[in-house]
Amino acid sequence: MKWIAVAPLAALLVLLPSFAGDFYINLASQILIAAIFALSLNLLVGYGGMTSLGHASYLGVAAYISALLTSRYGFGHGLAAIISIGGTTAMAAFFGVIALRATGLGFLMITLALSQVLWGLAYRMSGVTNGDNGIAGLTRPTPFGLSLDSPASFYWFALIVTAFAFLMMAIFVSSAFGSSLKGVRDQPRRMAALGFNPWMIRWITFIYAGFWGGVSGLLYVYYNKYIHPTSLSTTSSAEALLGVIAGGSGTLGGPVVGAALVLLLKNYASAYIERWNMLLGLVFLFIVLVMPTGIVPGLNRLATALRRGPR
Amino acid sequence: MQFWIIQGLNSLSLGGLLFLLSSGFSLIFGLMRLANLTHGAFFMLGTYFGATALRSFDGLNIWVTALGAGIAVAAIGGLFERLVLTRLKTNPLGQVLVTLGMSFIISDACLLLWGGDSIPVPTPRNLQAPTRVFGLVFPTYRLVLVGCAVATAIALYFLLERTRLGAMIRAGVDDRQMARAVGIPVSNLFTIVFCLGAGIAGAGGVLGGPILSAYPGLDADMLPLALIVVILGGIGSLLGAFIGSFIIGFIYTFGTALFPELAYIILFLPMIFVIAFRPQGLFGRVGA
Amino acid sequence: MTPMTSDYALEVVNLKKAFGGLTVTHSVSLAVKPGERRLIIGPNGAGKTTLFNQISGDLRPNAGAIRLFGTDVTFFTPYKRAHFGLSRTYQIITLFSDDTLEHNVTLGLLGLRPSRWQMWRPLSHYSDLATEARRTLDAVGLLHLAEHPVSDIAYGEKRRVELAMALAQKPRVLLLDEPLAGLSNTERAQVKSLIASIPRETAVIMIEHDMDTALDLAETVTLLNYGRVIVDGERDAVVADERTREVYLGA
Repeated sequence: MKWIAVAPLAALLVLLPSFAGDFYINLASQILIAAIFALSLNLLVGYGGMTSLGHASYLGVAAYISALLTSRYGFGHGLAAIISIGGTTAMAAFFGVIALRATGLGFLMITLALSQVLWGLAYRMSGVTNGDNGIAGLTRPTPFGLSLDSPASFYWFALIVTAFAFLMMAIFVSSAFGSSLKGVRDQPRRMAALGFNPWMIRWITFIYAGFWGGVSGLLYVYYNKYIHPTSLSTTSSAEALLGVIAGGSGTLGGPVVGAALVLLLKNYASAYIERWNMLLGLVFLFIVLVMPTGIVPGLNRLATALRRGPR
Repeated sequence: MQFWIIQGLNSLSLGGLLFLLSSGFSLIFGLMRLANLTHGAFFMLGTYFGATALRSFDGLNIWVTALGAGIAVAAIGGLFERLVLTRLKTNPLGQVLVTLGMSFIISDACLLLWGGDSIPVPTPRNLQAPTRVFGLVFPTYRLVLVGCAVATAIALYFLLERTRLGAMIRAGVDDRQMARAVGIPVSNLFTIVFCLGAGIAGAGGVLGGPILSAYPGLDADMLPLALIVVILGGIGSLLGAFIGSFIIGFIYTFGTALFPELAYIILFLPMIFVIAFRPQGLFGRVGA
Repeated sequence: MTPMTSDYALEVVNLKKAFGGLTVTHSVSLAVKPGERRLIIGPNGAGKTTLFNQISGDLRPNAGAIRLFGTDVTFFTPYKRAHFGLSRTYQIITLFSDDTLEHNVTLGLLGLRPSRWQMWRPLSHYSDLATEARRTLDAVGLLHLAEHPVSDIAYGEKRRVELAMALAQKPRVLLLDEPLAGLSNTERAQVKSLIASIPRETAVIMIEHDMDTALDLAETVTLLNYGRVIVDGERDAVVADERTREVYLGA
C-alpha cells in the first residue's frame, strides 16, 4: 500500500464534517456502509473465487434481528448487536455448509435461492417482520453515552468501524490463511495435494464474510433507522456484486471504489431517472463487456506502466 | 375432501407452469453451462405481452398469442445471446452477471411500459366453463395447463431424442469440446437453444397469465422456483425438470395453503435435502 | 482396519477403477519399499495417471486398498494423505502463475504446518518460512529467480519449481507424473540430477515415457498395459523380459 497517498486521504476523511454539508456527510456515511458490505463480499468473490448472489442475506438478517430486539423486545443496543452478529454468523455457517456442496455456478444458484427464501420470509411473515411495511422508528445506539443522531457523529462512528473492518480484512488477506485462500481459488487440487483443506478454508471464509456482512447490516439499520425486505433482495446483493466487480475484485481498494461509485450513481441517477434498476442493468452490461477486471486494477496497470516509463 | 382435490389440481397446474418455465432454463444450463438469470424476466415478458394482447383483442386465441409471444421473446433472447453472451465465452461469471443485468433491464422496462399495477389476464372464453368429472367441478383452464406441459414435454422429448438437432444438443450437453471436434456448430447451437429456452418461457408466461396475472416482481417470484426445480431435478435432464416441476408445484401449493407464512421454508427443505445427499439432482447428468 | 506396521512405504492392493462400462484399472497391485526408486511405464492409455490419481486421492477406486506405511488411506481425502507424507507432481503445470517463486514454495511449506490457519498475522511475519523457501529454491538452483512471478520463467524452470515444492515437504512417498515431459536436453539433465539427488528417506515412484533417462534413475520397474500389471520387478529383469518387448513392439 502506498502510505504516502493514504495520509492525506485519511486526513480528508476525518475532517470531512468540518467542511461538508449534512447531505454530503450522510452520503459519505452511506458510502462507508456500502464499502464494508462490498469488502465482505469481496472476501468471497475476489479472494475466494466464490461468486455469491445472496450476500444481502447477512446485511438484512443482522439488521432485522437488531431492529426486532430493540424495538419490540426492549433489548439494549449492545446486547442486540451481539445477538444480531452472533445469529448472522451462525446463519452464515449453516448456509455455507449447504452452498459449498457446489462450486462455481451451482454455488451461485444456491446462494441466490437461499437469499430469495429469506426475502420471501421477510415479506410473508408479517407477524414478525411487518412485511412490506418494514420496521420503522428505530434508534441509534449510544456508545459510551454519546449520541449518534447528528450526521457528523454517526459519520465518525461509521468511519471508525470501517477503518477497523478494512484493517482486519487487510490482515486477513495477507495472512497465511489468506494466502491459502487465494491458493485454493487458483489451484484447488494442488493445494489439497500440499496438505490444505479446501472445503474448510472456503467455509471459514464464508463465515467470516457473513460476519462482516452482518456488521455492515448493523450500521445500515442504525443509519436508516428503518429496515425493509428490499434490503434482503437480489437487487441489493447485485448492487454489492456490481460494486466489487466494477471496482476490481481481488484488491482491497477496488470494492470500496466500486461501492462508492454504485452508491453515487444510485443517488444521483434516481433523482433524474425513475428506473434505477434498468440503469443498474445497463451498467452491469457495460462493465462486464468493457472493463471486466475493474477500475482499480486498470488504474494500477496504468500507474505501473507510467512508472516503468516508455519501454 | 374438496380442499385436497382443488389444491391437488392447483398443484398440477402450477407444476405444469413450472415445467414451461424451467425446461428452457434446464436446457440452457445443460448445454451452455449458463445459469440464465434472465429466465424469470423472459417468462414475465410473455405474461405482459399476453395480458395486453388478450385484453385488447377480445376473443383472441390464447394459443396464437402464446406462439406469438414465444417468438417475440425468443427473438429478444437471440439478440441478447448474439450481441452480448457470445462476447463473454471465456468469462462464465461475466455471462451470469449480464443475464442478471438483462433481467433488471427487462423488469424495469415492463414497469415503464405497463405501470406498477397488477394486470389480470382473462381466461379464454371457450375454456371458462368448468369441467365436470365424477360430480366434481374443475376449472377447465387449469386442466388444460397440465395438458400443455405434457404436450411440451413430449415435443421436447421428440426434439431431443429423435431429431438430428436434438442429437447435436445432447452431444453438446455431454461433451462440448468433443462435439465441436466432430464438427457440430456449437455456437449456432447455443443461439438456437437460448432462443428455444427463452421462447418456451415466453409462451409459458402467456399461458400462466390467467392464473398468475401480470405484475411487477413476477420474474423475481418465478426465477427462484425455476432454480429450485432444476437443482432438484438435475441439470440437463428434461425428465428431471418435468418431475421436479410437479414436486415443487405440489410442495408450494400445499405449503402456501396450509402454512402460508412458512411456504418458502417448505420449498427450501427439499432443496437442502437434495443438495446434501445428491448434489447432481434426482436425474442430473451434468455436475453443477 | 487396524493400522499395522508394514515393511512397505506404499502398498496398492487389487485396485480397480471403472468409468461406466470402461475399466481403467484392473486389479492392480504394487508394493514399494521405503526409499525405493520405482518407475512405472506403459503405452498411452495404460492407466498410469489414473493409478496415480487413485493413490493421491483425486479419484476414488471402485475396489481395492491403498496403504501408506501400513495405514489404510483408501478413503482419505487428498489433503489428509499429504499429512501422511505423500507428495506428488502433475503432468500439467499447476503452479500459481501470478505469484513469485518464493511465494509458491512458501505455500508448499505452509501446507503441513499449523500456522497455515493463522488469520491475524501477515505471512511475511514468518521469516523462518521465507528462509526455508529460499533455501529450497537454492537447492534446485533457482534462488536467483525467487522474486519473479512464475509466469515469467521458462518451462523447465517451472518443472524444477514443482519438484522443489514437492520436496520441500520432505515427503516419505513422492509421485512424479512425467517430470521430464516437454523438456529440452539441458533441462532434462538438470531435472534428472535433481531426481537423482532426492534423499533416501523418500520413496520415489515415477511415470515416464522417456525411458532412456528414466531407466537410469530406476531400481525397480512396473509395466502397465490396459490397466493391468504385466511385469513387475528389478529394472534389468523387466527390461529383458519378453512381455515388455511384446507390449512395446507387438500389437
